Amino acid sequence: MKPPKFEYYKPATLEEALNLLEEAGDDGKIIAGGQSLVPIMNMRLASPKCLIDINGLEELSYIKNEDNTLKIGTLTRQSDVEQSEMVANVCGLLAEAITQIGHVQTRNRGTIGGSIVHADPSAELPLALLTLNGSVQITSKDEVRTVAAEDFFITYLTTDIMPTEVLTEVTIPLMEEKSGYSFQEIARRHGDFALVAAACHMTVDDEGLITAVRLALGGVEAIPLLIGDAEDILTGEQLSDSLLAQVAESVEMESDPESDLHASSEYRTHLAKVLTKRVLTQAYERARG
Amino acid sequence: MTNVIGKSATRVEDKRLLTGQGKYIDDLGTKVNTGHAAILRSSHPHAYIKSIDKEAALKMPGVKGIITGEDIRGLVKPFSVGVMAPVEYYPLAIDKVRYVGEPVAIIVAKDRYAAEDALEKIKVVYESLPPLVGIERALEEDAPILHENVGSNIANHREFNYGDVDKAFEEADRIVKHKFNFPKYTATPVETYGVVAEYDPAHDQYTVQANFHGPFVIHSIMAQALQIPSNKLRIIVPKDIGGSYGIKAGIFPYIVLCGLASKLIGCPVKWIEDRQEHLSSSASGTDRVTYIEAAVENSGKVTGLRMKMIDNVGAYIRAPEPASLYRNHANSTGAYDIQNLHIDAYAIMTNKSPTGLIRGYGGQELYFPLERIMQEVAKELNMDHADVIRKNLVKEAQFPYKTASGGTYDSGNYEESFELALATGKYEEFRKKQEEARKNGKILGVGLACIVEPSGSNMGYITVALTPEERAGSLPKSGAAEAATVSMDPLGSVNVRISTTPSGQGHETVAAQIVSEVLGLPREQINVVAELDTSTSAWSIASGSYSSRFASLGSSAIYYAAHKVRTKLFKIAADQLNVKEADLELEKGSIFVKNNPDKKFSVKRAAGLAHWHPTSLPDGMEPGIYETYYYTADVAQAPNEQDMINSSVTYGFVADMVTVEIDPDTAEVKIIDYFTVHDAGKLLNPLIVDGQIMGGLAHGLGGALYEELAYDKNGQFLTGSFMDYLCPTAPEIPNVTIKHTESPSPLTPLGAKGLGEGNTMSAPVAVANAVSDALAHLDIMIDDLPLSPTRIWKLMGEAKEKVTTP
Repeated sequence: MKPPKFEYYKPATLEEALNLLEEAGDDGKIIAGGQSLVPIMNMRLASPKCLIDINGLEELSYIKNEDNTLKIGTLTRQSDVEQSEMVANVCGLLAEAITQIGHVQTRNRGTIGGSIVHADPSAELPLALLTLNGSVQITSKDEVRTVAAEDFFITYLTTDIMPTEVLTEVTIPLMEEKSGYSFQEIARRHGDFALVAAACHMTVDDEGLITAVRLALGGVEAIPLLIGDAEDILTGEQLSDSLLAQVAESVEMESDPESDLHASSEYRTHLAKVLTKRVLTQAYERARG
Repeated sequence: MTNVIGKSATRVEDKRLLTGQGKYIDDLGTKVNTGHAAILRSSHPHAYIKSIDKEAALKMPGVKGIITGEDIRGLVKPFSVGVMAPVEYYPLAIDKVRYVGEPVAIIVAKDRYAAEDALEKIKVVYESLPPLVGIERALEEDAPILHENVGSNIANHREFNYGDVDKAFEEADRIVKHKFNFPKYTATPVETYGVVAEYDPAHDQYTVQANFHGPFVIHSIMAQALQIPSNKLRIIVPKDIGGSYGIKAGIFPYIVLCGLASKLIGCPVKWIEDRQEHLSSSASGTDRVTYIEAAVENSGKVTGLRMKMIDNVGAYIRAPEPASLYRNHANSTGAYDIQNLHIDAYAIMTNKSPTGLIRGYGGQELYFPLERIMQEVAKELNMDHADVIRKNLVKEAQFPYKTASGGTYDSGNYEESFELALATGKYEEFRKKQEEARKNGKILGVGLACIVEPSGSNMGYITVALTPEERAGSLPKSGAAEAATVSMDPLGSVNVRISTTPSGQGHETVAAQIVSEVLGLPREQINVVAELDTSTSAWSIASGSYSSRFASLGSSAIYYAAHKVRTKLFKIAADQLNVKEADLELEKGSIFVKNNPDKKFSVKRAAGLAHWHPTSLPDGMEPGIYETYYYTADVAQAPNEQDMINSSVTYGFVADMVTVEIDPDTAEVKIIDYFTVHDAGKLLNPLIVDGQIMGGLAHGLGGALYEELAYDKNGQFLTGSFMDYLCPTAPEIPNVTIKHTESPSPLTPLGAKGLGEGNTMSAPVAVANAVSDALAHLDIMIDDLPLSPTRIWKLMGEAKEKVTTP
């Protein structure tokens, strides 16, 4: 469990990092928290020839609320977001999701951008970002572009990001009045990757009618899965058992989870339905206050 | 005897361990020319090795040498093992690989990085063979054969009959029977295996530092494999071992491998096992299939048991296997008075990693079917499970209780301990709560288990793997010897040398408590040396840290060694004070005359005389203070011709009650409360005792709910990392209430029995019984572990289908 040889660079500025990345081409890899990259290098499942360590780029670590948009720098530690009162006040779903990532020690090292670019299909942050209709800012030597979460995740551990690009910022539009959220997962142990995770964000009017809802699931597909039908079924309605059952049915139709040692495909699908009902119910209750 | 022994003294080890100053194998310094080893392991479960090309790897930078099976052929004999089947087990695969992870070559390089780089360059050509994975498949006529020269996959088979089993079954009102599976799992020491081996050509001697913890009978096995006089193999065990729970007995092939590599390559060799290697290839418990049948009276009394036990010892049977089958032989009927017993015991081999010692060793495999069937008896008779247990427990008046298979339970009051568990857990109240909850759609359950916890293994028990006729052909084995040395230097300081190779249990603390009490000196002044050196320590074949033998045997050796010193000091003081020894008393470092306390002689001075002024000693007394005591227990006799064997020295008792809630939607099991009552005789240090119990219980809960070393049907290993092998962590541990009853052992000088393995044996079945109880309304049979939600959900689904489509 020792990695093969690699070159190591620690740039002082983002510009320097982008230049290094450009030079290295396919051989380059950004390292930040290292919570996924280091184990897979030690197991020799990945062997990047050139590591570019961005831990020195303090300017990439921030949490801001600008124009009703939450902006988080890519290098921000997960534990900083977890402890941010501002995040807790304006983006409860993210705050709730983040406590379910790994352990205190891994959150102290793990970064917001790192988890999103790693794109594990059962990871919390990609799922939260998708549910919150967030986007990512991607920077290369030549341009800065913004990609919506819905377009960012391509397949298992694969995103829209190119070898010469760095994810620099995560942006999340903030919730309106009368909104509710829920993030729940089932894992074998505390801190494990979820067998299935579900997240929901919802707005409700004074009559208790749902005005908007986003429901997404992790661990049931190669990428976090947005259940578009939920919007159609629930908008303009009060939440009821029969509507919950309808959404759960859509979830069953759209999910195609893998079987592994810890859960069969059937069990994961079942959990997706159970969690769907749970997050919708909790988000609705919270939205109604 | 109550000044120091029996007190919750804090651990002397903790300061260094908690401040990062422990000295583990990887912390020991190495010589500058030391090479670092990496091991190439088989990716095939079963294959012939057609060729190994190491040329490209040898050319890699920093590589000092590469050793393959071909290189050691003839240099090493197969490791001996206590069965007749001629299984040839070597430290590297020769001609054939038999499990994924089996060592195929060892590379020694300037550092581990270079060694692993070179590993990738070795080209091995395999010719695949059909894999053998299932336990019962191994016994089928057309199963693939792992060891052609054995002719079958059976490494050992014995049948035992005690009492009149056929009569018990003929006369039974009912027969309750079922087949149970216990999975392969491990004990997850945080520190993995580590070896630093140096061959010294000048003396033709191997000196090996390794976190090996015995049994030191394996020293003989290693010396024989290396074909050297045993004093040419010096094993040094560091004082700090980062947990073992039995697993580190399995390091011995690597000690031999690194020793050979050092000799052949010509430099000291250091190898630290990584976690992938540890999970795939170190050692594990056996997976077992048990067919159990109970002969039952309508009253709930069980009159006879039949058990067919098939243990999977993995690809090679190696010492101390097949001991998993026999370690609990004397206590095969557990806590119950059942005198008619039939055992049909098989050790079979499959394409999985070889097994070995593990906390609970054989106990969890035994008690899973035994305690499950007791609950099934209750179900069958429509009785309360607690009443069936009460009906069958060994009664207080029966102690010392002779078991059907030759054991002697030394002491206990099982009924009292069991009732204490029920009272602590408020059993009756929970039953009412359970009924109420059911009405609200909640699924609650309560599980009970009573087990006998053996400690201090009799070295003779493993020979019941042989028939009486086969045994007659070799020298008999018995005993459970352990040694300790207590010495005092010229200034009166005390050193204690122990051979119990602790791996975190606090032996240094308890040894100091015992010597402190016997010599009347503050325990802080006692220095305990836990490092074991086979060339200089007092040790015997049973020495080491396994079968919970410290409290029963190690502590006894320390106690008697300290008493030898005390006796010598008293003789010196009596001579100096001109009184009889019997007139003397010892307190606070001073030996004084009972009826004239002003007439005294300090312990320090008495010890000093033995060094500084030996001619003043009483006639015939040796100078110096250096006393070694070898302790064994008379009750650890060799098996007799009827295969009766008292397989352990002392027998403790554990009664568990666990309550669970099952989520009806997700099938997750949540443990509400765990209550456990232990009777381990006199407790030497209650603080350490409770820590040991918590550790054993965590391991037991791992077995119940999380842990399995899993293989797919093709023999590929699936659980090579902690993402896949789920060891419970602190947040997974529920509320636990521990209580004690104390029935001192009449056999040990301090009345102590071993403990720490009990809940590893009991928790898997206690939780299984609770889950079974919770799901009783669905008539679900729990006969397999671990109880993962995916498994329970499937069972619940099948049961509901059965109900809706009769």
